Amino acid sequence: MRATCWMGTHNIQVRSVPDPQILNPRDAIVRVTSTAICGSDVHLYDGFIPTMQRGDVLGHEFMGEVVETGEAVSNLRVGDRVVVPFPIACGHCNMCEREMYSLCENSNPNASMAEQLWGYSPCGIFGYSHMLGGYAGGQAEYVRVPFADVGPLKVPDHLEDEQVLFLSDILPTGYMAAENCNIQPGDIVAVWGCGPVGQFAIKSAYMLGAERVIAIDRFEYRMRIARERAGAETINYEETDVWDAIREMTGGRGADSCIDAVGMEAHAANAWHIYDKAKTVLMMETERGAALRQAIMCVRNGGHVSVAGVYGGFMDKFPIGAIVNRSLTIKSGQTHVHRYMRPLLERIEAGDVDPRFIITHRLNLNDAATGYDIFRDKEDECLKVVMKP
Amino acid sequence: MGAQQRNADSTLAKGLGWFSIGLGLAELAAPASVARLIGVRDDEAARRLLRAYGARELANGVAILGSGADDAEWLWTRAAGDVLDLATMSAAIRRNDGTDVRKLALGMASVAGVMVADVIAARGLSQTNGQDRVTRMRPRQRTSIRVSKTFTINAQPDEVYSFWRQLDNLPRFMRHLESVEPLGGRMSHWVARGPAGMRIGWDAEMIEDTPQRISWRSLDRADVSNSGTVEFRPAPGDRGTELRVRLQYDPPGGRAAKWFAKLFGEEPEQQLHEDLRRVKSLIETGEISQTPGSSSVFHPAQPSAARRAAGGRR
Repeated sequence: MRATCWMGTHNIQVRSVPDPQILNPRDAIVRVTSTAICGSDVHLYDGFIPTMQRGDVLGHEFMGEVVETGEAVSNLRVGDRVVVPFPIACGHCNMCEREMYSLCENSNPNASMAEQLWGYSPCGIFGYSHMLGGYAGGQAEYVRVPFADVGPLKVPDHLEDEQVLFLSDILPTGYMAAENCNIQPGDIVAVWGCGPVGQFAIKSAYMLGAERVIAIDRFEYRMRIARERAGAETINYEETDVWDAIREMTGGRGADSCIDAVGMEAHAANAWHIYDKAKTVLMMETERGAALRQAIMCVRNGGHVSVAGVYGGFMDKFPIGAIVNRSLTIKSGQTHVHRYMRPLLERIEAGDVDPRFIITHRLNLNDAATGYDIFRDKEDECLKVVMKP
Repeated sequence: MGAQQRNADSTLAKGLGWFSIGLGLAELAAPASVARLIGVRDDEAARRLLRAYGARELANGVAILGSGADDAEWLWTRAAGDVLDLATMSAAIRRNDGTDVRKLALGMASVAGVMVADVIAARGLSQTNGQDRVTRMRPRQRTSIRVSKTFTINAQPDEVYSFWRQLDNLPRFMRHLESVEPLGGRMSHWVARGPAGMRIGWDAEMIEDTPQRISWRSLDRADVSNSGTVEFRPAPGDRGTELRVRLQYDPPGGRAAKWFAKLFGEEPEQQLHEDLRRVKSLIETGEISQTPGSSSVFHPAQPSAARRAAGGRR
């Protein structure tokens, strides 16, 4: 089969690899019908995530048709159309029982690698480094789905792929980011980053009752989509001082909650960018933290900071003083996708949200390398790339 | 025993140190050539083993020279290394899979020759240094390894106990166990795999068996005398069972064996940690997660590698 392989930093190739096989009784094989490139895949592309190996198959946003099931999978049949959540979860450990699916204790066979870096291990993730399990990903013709009796969600035929594909990751991720803000009536939410997760975080904040949402970015076309399709007010951080602007827009209070939908490769318009760039190049820190630092500074006293962007290691100049002295709450986590898939599918069916508005590019899987390039470099007003094998 | 004798021992030690470094470099840099030279089958496993042995030789050589070729302890370590080499080579002969027996026998003879030199140098240095290192470093000496690990399993203590009490379940998650065969009553026969395909078997007796705790110990004639205790305690707040395993074993070769195990990344603590992670998974989900990368990070995450991994399992 054809699969998108990571062949080194900035080197993506669609190659021919053997078809996956059932390895465990609770596995299924899914023939992929649609898959997408995620902002977090760009961190892999840029070499920011450790423990990648040459030849690893990428992709954790995908859906398709069940073509084979293991002997212990009784809820799925060959031919079922399913969306697969990116975290792999067993459904039976203490964390899964508490609906903290991305913390599943049984799905990462390389948990000891993650323990070295983070203390304890989260779940395994498709196509996202060996530290997170070394699972082959879904930017391919076929994919092996472990614990298939727990993860995949059957979707109704009247909804097309593009309406439900993002249930695999970014729609629940944007939603959980907003949920972590504990939004109260009258709240003003600020969102850093108008990428796909940022757009869904804006939408979700409104769904959860936010009064206003302010979005921060530097690409005009992305801010335009945030304004026109998601209903946000926008700030271009290259032209405006963000702290001043948010203060003025919130009556001097600050944003009630701030969402970081940027992550470890943030840019900044000031000396912070040069500082972080230099330190990451010298391997003295692993994250460029401009967005998160600014989000912490801009939230009101006692507010919530919700971190949806991906971070992998250690950040410099983390403003712990602001958190302690201003009673801030920080919430984060890889998305517990399983928890949100069904309710969000209902929202899609009810017409509350149509996730298709973020799609700008539709490619064949063979053109995955081009897809990564234009998405990463924001060429051709790219916001989201969907691929079909 | 004068200064002259001491110089002679030290010169011999220096020579052996340089020999270690040379051999170590050869094993590290050209394991395939070394494999052909000594007549073992040249495959990836053999090369990995030779590289590990090369690292050992190199470290040992550097240690001998670094101590001014004056410290008997590092010569005794060399001798212990020779014992390992001999054991590995004789295991290869017994396996008889693509090995050149004639070349291997020659190789073993040379190792035995070097070993004589090691022992002479070590004994000499021990005596002239006026310390009875001979006794302290006698390979016979046993050093106990004790490890203890705890995991919480989301199941009732009696379920975890029953799973463990069915002893033939143990090889499903203890990677180094090949089989455990109940012999009736409190007795059982255990077979484990050691490094380089060596096999160790022993009989064990259960000395305690309650739903809270199982204890066992090997019988006197075991090569690796060992004992262990497993406890099954309810975790607070209905979180399942806290499983605590304590193991103690006395590998042949004492400290050298411990060092040997480390060379293969077989840190006993980590090994038990991984074994308990697997039993947790087996009890909670009925299976153990596996991916192409689960045994080593040097596999790409591709279905092809997955097939190889699957083929290597039960």
